[in-house]
Amino acid sequence: MGSEYAIEAEDLRRTYRARTGWLRPRRTEVEAVRGVSFTVGRGELFGLLGPNGAGKTTTIKLLNTLLIPTSGMARVCGHDVEKETREVRRRIGYVFGGDRGLYDRLSALDNLRYFAELYGVAPRDQKRRIAELLDLVGLAGREGERVEGYSRGMRQRLHIARGLLHAPDVLFLDEPSIGVDPVAARELRRTVADLASTGTTVLLTTHYMAEADELCDRIAVIADGQIQALGTPAELRRRADGRRVVEVEAYGVPESAVDAVRDLPGVRETAVEARGALQLLTVHSDAHVDVQSDVLRELAGIRLGRVDSREPTLEDAYVAIVSAS
Amino acid sequence: MRSLRLLVVGTLLHAKHLSRSPFEVTIALVVPVVQATLAVYLFRAGGEQHRLLEAAVGAGVMGVWSSVLFGSGGAIQDQRWQGTLEMIMLAPRRPVLIILPITIATGVVGTYALLTTLLWGRLLYGIRLEFAHPVAFVVAAVVCVVALGMFGLLLAATFVLMRNANALANTLEYPVWLVSGMLVPITVLPAWTAPIAAVLPTTWGARALREATSGGPVWPSVAVCLGISVLCLALGAVALTHVERRARAAATLALA
Ligand SMILES: Nc1ncnc2c1ncn2[C@@H]1O[C@H](COP(=O)(O)OP(=O)(O)OP(=O)(O)O)[C@@H](O)[C@H]1O
Ligand SMILES: [Mg+2]
Repeated sequence: MGSEYAIEAEDLRRTYRARTGWLRPRRTEVEAVRGVSFTVGRGELFGLLGPNGAGKTTTIKLLNTLLIPTSGMARVCGHDVEKETREVRRRIGYVFGGDRGLYDRLSALDNLRYFAELYGVAPRDQKRRIAELLDLVGLAGREGERVEGYSRGMRQRLHIARGLLHAPDVLFLDEPSIGVDPVAARELRRTVADLASTGTTVLLTTHYMAEADELCDRIAVIADGQIQALGTPAELRRRADGRRVVEVEAYGVPESAVDAVRDLPGVRETAVEARGALQLLTVHSDAHVDVQSDVLRELAGIRLGRVDSREPTLEDAYVAIVSAS
Repeated sequence: MRSLRLLVVGTLLHAKHLSRSPFEVTIALVVPVVQATLAVYLFRAGGEQHRLLEAAVGAGVMGVWSSVLFGSGGAIQDQRWQGTLEMIMLAPRRPVLIILPITIATGVVGTYALLTTLLWGRLLYGIRLEFAHPVAFVVAAVVCVVALGMFGLLLAATFVLMRNANALANTLEYPVWLVSGMLVPITVLPAWTAPIAAVLPTTWGARALREATSGGPVWPSVAVCLGISVLCLALGAVALTHVERRARAAATLALA
């Protein structure tokens, strides 16, 4: 239809209301999405990044008609998600990560047949379309087995086949690569890139920065239900321009040492991430200040592993954006 | 035509999915033993030997009803657990076309209980399976299943919204058994139950099957049963459209 954008969101908001407790019910309200606006062009591959609970899934469900916005407006292919629900649904596919969402005691083939019927694939095209997709996701030959016997990655691939059955114009992918092995993830990325290059609009959420960097034309970073940054991966990376990153592997860093590092001149951000027995200390600093020796001095007496000083990556930019929010 | 295809394919696949649940199948095989026994002793005590088959059929219909009742609530709940509820409601179809196959499938699975009740009756108690109108019996059984499926749709419409639908289902099981005369004749029940019985499709379905078993005008009961259920279907369809919107506003389609 006439609209030049595949997806338009204008000041989308969504509040979840829940009642907890039986005897003394308490009302709780969560403002999951708080005024999100963006547009996605036709054939664009758009990424939505953000920490857990940022509101990514909620945003996707507002756009794919599973949730009604508390306020604000959204259109998909020019159709209002709230008023023209069926028109929107005809044009979209939805794939989410994890192993739920399939009929476990049915075969992959039966699952696809059922959803082909539901999603309105013409009966005479069903067989060919299903065979094509089984081939595409590498499940051909195993389609007769029950899904309950499938591995996580196989289920995920079946999900993707299901989402593509009716050749949607717009595809929503919510963490599609979760639990998928590296080789399969690479194939998945190729499939997604192919879809986008043939005109399908893709909205993708992921926690893998490399994936977003490789695939996305543009990325929105969302935290606390609001967009904190929006741009091409290169533009976002520039957010970390003028920075340098020092990474130190350490065993048993006390909180006081971290605070001391944080207070060093030139240091912008410090994060500690536990990785099994060791901790990974990431220190962002101004590019012109070499903080490595200062950092190491503050950590004197602590057993250290690898120490590394490098240029910032998209992930560093992401960390900078999210921690600033 | 496309809608009919969806209904048929959907019903078959949901019935297949349900039939493969070890839980459902065990229930369908074991509960009828209890029901057949109950029926036999109730009627033997009453000295009505010739009514044994009728009793077994009545007990079987109870099985179908239980399956639809728990199935309609349970199926929605199960779909929510499996994460499939969102995926099916996302289809560009009217909600009734999406949910009806599920509730009819629960009726289809309920016929396992009907068949096993008859089988156990034959094996354990030597009830002779001689039906007055065998063909009418089969037709009435099919109508009964479809009708209960449509009734189930009305139940399901309420269950999409309620996260603890099972509580409601539990309270509905026995009263409907009793009031519809599946086990004891309606005539022995208090008079105030009669109007309730008259509007329940279960009453007419059970009656049609009874008439087909021991002789009687089967078709009028079949017709009334179908009529009431089509009404349930219409109401259910309207309710479901409304409920689907509310579920999207209240975020009850998903678990979290
Ligand atoms: N059905 C619900 N009822 C109440 N609160 C909810 C519901 N779904 C999500 N939330 C809350 O809304 C907020 C946003 O959740 P959302 O699932 O959109 O985050 P997300 O960005 O997808 O996170 P993740 O990366 O973990 O998938 C969270 O605080 C979450 O607890
Ligand atoms: Mg999410």
